[in-house]
Amino acid sequence: MIFFTKAFWLQVSSPKAFYPFAGKVIPFFMITALVLTVVGLYYGFVLAPPDYQQGDSYRIMFIHVPAAWMSMWIYIVMCVFAIIGMVWRTRLSDMMAGALAPTGAMFTFLALWTGALWGKPTWGTYWVWDARLTSELILLFLYFGFIALRAAIDDPQRAARASALLACVGVINVPIIYFSVKWWNTLHQGASVGLTQKATMADSMLTAMMVMAFAFWAYTFAVAFMRVRNEILEKEKNSAWVSETLTKTVEGKNEST
Amino acid sequence: MIEAFRWLIWREMTLALRRKAEVLTTMLFFVIVVSLFPLGIGPEIDTLREIAPGVLWVAALLASMLSLNRLFADDYIDGTLEQLIISSQPLALMVFGKILAHWFLTGLPLVLISPVLGMQLGMDVDSIIILMLTLLVGTPVLSLIGAVGAGLTLGVRGGGVLLSLLILPLYIPVLIFGSGAVESAQAGLGVEGHFSLLGAFFIGSLVLAPLGAAAALRISLD
Repeated sequence: MIFFTKAFWLQVSSPKAFYPFAGKVIPFFMITALVLTVVGLYYGFVLAPPDYQQGDSYRIMFIHVPAAWMSMWIYIVMCVFAIIGMVWRTRLSDMMAGALAPTGAMFTFLALWTGALWGKPTWGTYWVWDARLTSELILLFLYFGFIALRAAIDDPQRAARASALLACVGVINVPIIYFSVKWWNTLHQGASVGLTQKATMADSMLTAMMVMAFAFWAYTFAVAFMRVRNEILEKEKNSAWVSETLTKTVEGKNEST
Repeated sequence: MIEAFRWLIWREMTLALRRKAEVLTTMLFFVIVVSLFPLGIGPEIDTLREIAPGVLWVAALLASMLSLNRLFADDYIDGTLEQLIISSQPLALMVFGKILAHWFLTGLPLVLISPVLGMQLGMDVDSIIILMLTLLVGTPVLSLIGAVGAGLTLGVRGGGVLLSLLILPLYIPVLIFGSGAVESAQAGLGVEGHFSLLGAFFIGSLVLAPLGAAAALRISLD
């Protein structure tokens, strides 16, 4: 497999090679995301049985739980890219970190929003100052800080390194924040899905949740790659290959119309 | 190395003594913010006593955050910071000296004035002592973490507001355990757990924050 060779990764990590590569894989990820979303929602809304206590209102979990997972995972992945970019000075990693942040913030917001909608019929309130809700809210602030710092600094290299340092400080703090708010106050139920124990839910519910999580991953890759492609074009606009590619694209469009 | 460290502290103190108003401003801000709460909420002493730990801690948080802007800004403008970076002394140690001096000038006054404000809000003596102790351990953490943010936002457009966006989420654990200790003291419960965690934050940030702030300054002055 070409994907497992070192040469392939070294080559694709240069912006010039990544641009066409990302262009090819984006449709694949987009279609995967769409198909998996449809399958996941079908499982979640049609096949999964109603909950014996919550009835049908629990079904928002099929979006809520994967979104909450994604919100935390994307922060970690973003931080890893930022560290790689800081250590090896690879431009593409910085771009990936920057491209992941808005999607991460979006999933964090989605998790909060769906949680609020679920909380109203179940807990009788949209918002409580509970440990998980609070730490998720703080995670959203951390994303905003990262995005704002990147946007505020004009020099792209300085912006990348400064935001990378911020991401590292944030990632040290995420567990601290999580445990501090957990000890402070809690209402949110514990996780029903874990690696160490059998999931305490019906199989079809679990399947739906997993499928949705994969759909979100595929979506994340697709949009992050799109953002990186745009950034590559913007940063390398003075290089020969960008003008060549763009000319080709424009000509191709003119011919087809 | 020790010599340079002592020189740096002495310089910061001299500068602060010649501009006393700047030091006082942080403390006055703290006093005014705390005094706003009885005006906004009403003078019932039972309510005030209940919210006092949170109010005092949030006010201390805001006061120390507002003073962060000045931590590096003047030295950045007049070029001292560049000299510190290119000097042969370890930058992290120099940054630590600046943070120490900064805490001495902005954090310590908050600790010293807090009993008066605690009494205003109807707290009893025991809780006030706990409040002072938590502030004594907690405000250095605020200065240390804040230094990283101050380094990152140096010379950036809209630095002040950006700084609060970056730093306030990171302050939350300190707020929770600082005010938590005072609340459990008021309720007659043990405070050791809260103090241990505050101490852990203090030691952790003491080790990591000067390194982080030095890295941030290197990025900003690259």
